[in-house]
Amino acid sequence: MLQKVYDYIDERLDITPLWRDLADHEVPEHVNPAYHFSAFVYCFGGLTFFTIVIQILSGMFLTMYYVPDINNAWDSVYYLQNQVAYGQIVRGMHHWGASITIVMVFLHTLRVFFTGAYKKPRELNWIVGVLLFFVILGLGFTGYLLPWDMKALFATKVGLQIAESFPFIGDWIKLLLQGSDIVGAQTLARFFAIHVFFLPALLMGLMAAHFLMIRRQGISGPL
Amino acid sequence: MSNKEHDVTRRQFLNYTLMGVGGFMAAGLLTPMVRFAIDPLLREEKGGKMVDVMAVKDITTEPQRKTFSIDKVDGWHKFKEQKIAYIFKKDNGEIMALSPVCTHLGCTVSWNDDPAHPNQFHCPCHGGRYTKDGINIPGTPPPAPLSVYEMKVKDGRLYLGAEKPRGGA
Repeated sequence: MLQKVYDYIDERLDITPLWRDLADHEVPEHVNPAYHFSAFVYCFGGLTFFTIVIQILSGMFLTMYYVPDINNAWDSVYYLQNQVAYGQIVRGMHHWGASITIVMVFLHTLRVFFTGAYKKPRELNWIVGVLLFFVILGLGFTGYLLPWDMKALFATKVGLQIAESFPFIGDWIKLLLQGSDIVGAQTLARFFAIHVFFLPALLMGLMAAHFLMIRRQGISGPL
Repeated sequence: MSNKEHDVTRRQFLNYTLMGVGGFMAAGLLTPMVRFAIDPLLREEKGGKMVDVMAVKDITTEPQRKTFSIDKVDGWHKFKEQKIAYIFKKDNGEIMALSPVCTHLGCTVSWNDDPAHPNQFHCPCHGGRYTKDGINIPGTPPPAPLSVYEMKVKDGRLYLGAEKPRGGA
């Protein structure tokens, strides 16, 4: 049945080469842990992608219950975590996944750094990677405020004070992020928008660039 | 290893293994999320509490408009929902509590406010009319009788619960 559906589509759209290109793409020996176990360090990039997929999926589902409003945000999180089936698990995936993503990004960066994979001709991909790192930190920062508890509030206050310390334009950056003279209703709405629309869009664009470049240039050679 | 002795080729074996492991991981990821999303479907409906509306001895044969409020819980939002009931004793002495929500398009009907048709429920929106028992009068827009509140009498007080629709007539 499935085969017939596939054949029907393939006959018309010739989709086989699309996935064959990925499936037949050879993994070089020096990055394959089956040959050299130490090559597991080459998995961190893929693991980062995997955790990001989990973050996007669990985040999409969380927005079915979460509301970004100062009067209801905490209650909606409390409700989804304690009243909705598997709420604790879905929120837990997003909560712990956020930290794991940053750990994986960090390990991936270390691998690229210590294997010298950032060198010519891959400098542009390193730059995109650094931008991805900043976007992911931004996602972590904006997401931290959303549960709207005391920890979230004070962490955001501290974060915004750090932004304020930026030379010359610090005051503006803080006001732009805060959207108000206090961390309040407008900050929460703004952080939600940044967390679920702006940064994920940027993240996906940068990831596409990151993957296209590595496909074009191939993985760096053995040490 | 030759394929003649084994029905499963190396390629097939790898395919099955990859699909199995991949399917297991995808299921582990998606099961909690999907169950989370469809929670409203699987939630058990809680029978609403009956609310004390009025004393039984005050109920007359003339429908009286009574307002009362029920506690609603909508996720993290708790509020009081205002309800209206027209309460009266039928000719056989039975108590009846009608919901004033017109079965045509949901406007609120009133008792006996149309001079042309006395002693009927009348809807201001499209001229729908109902008898005192809430039966829709043929030739007017409503397709069904007015809903009836569940009720119980305890210690001389009338308690109302959810409104139950009566089938179209």
